[in-house]
Amino acid sequence: MSDMDEMDDGSGIIKKFMFLNRKAPHGTVYALEGLEVVLITAAFDQDVSLVFTDDGVFQLMKGIDTKGIEVKDFSKTYRALEGYDIEKLYVDQASMDARGLTEDDLIVDVTVLSVDEMANLMAEQDVVISF
Amino acid sequence: MLHIVNKSAAERSSLESCLRMATKGSAVLLIEDAVYAATNGNAAAAKIQAAAADLKIYALGPDLAARGMAGRVLDGVNVVDYGGFVDLVAEHSNCQSWL
Repeated sequence: MSDMDEMDDGSGIIKKFMFLNRKAPHGTVYALEGLEVVLITAAFDQDVSLVFTDDGVFQLMKGIDTKGIEVKDFSKTYRALEGYDIEKLYVDQASMDARGLTEDDLIVDVTVLSVDEMANLMAEQDVVISF
Repeated sequence: MLHIVNKSAAERSSLESCLRMATKGSAVLLIEDAVYAATNGNAAAAKIQAAAADLKIYALGPDLAARGMAGRVLDGVNVVDYGGFVDLVAEHSNCQSWL
């Protein structure tokens, strides 16, 4: 029973989770795996922030068509995150600039942060998980 | 010679190494995450455009499309499909994949 008690004690705690995505979508499996973990985390009612920096901003590109390379197009799933109460999506301004991207190029609404704002957001998290 | 690069220039140095070693008249084929370097506004675009003066630069169309980049390809970069990939390999006497 003591194990059960400990689980009960922990069940109400809400931690701040940041999922930091730094990889382009198809060259590695990180982007897809990261998205799967985010969806799992949504089931636990945590305070989730989803962050895209470096090549990770490419995950959110509009107009992705994967038929030619015969892999799953998971880009539409980012639009479903709202339905899982994951509404805090952030991108890094410098990463966007280095890739010639603007918010209009992205498939979902995001908040664009400066380096300082991103650093502060990261510093205030309880847990940072990197993909 | 045909040089093939498959990693993002923002993550690895393979594109830079390739462009340093590729001799005049050689072909460079960008595939997978390397295709981003051949798109407008990318930090590596200037390197690709400078290299295009001496090298033939190709990018794989299906990889561009899968990344939402089909409409953003730099002028001077030739987009090829898988058949074009095979032709490039067959046309050149040797090739180097920059892993």
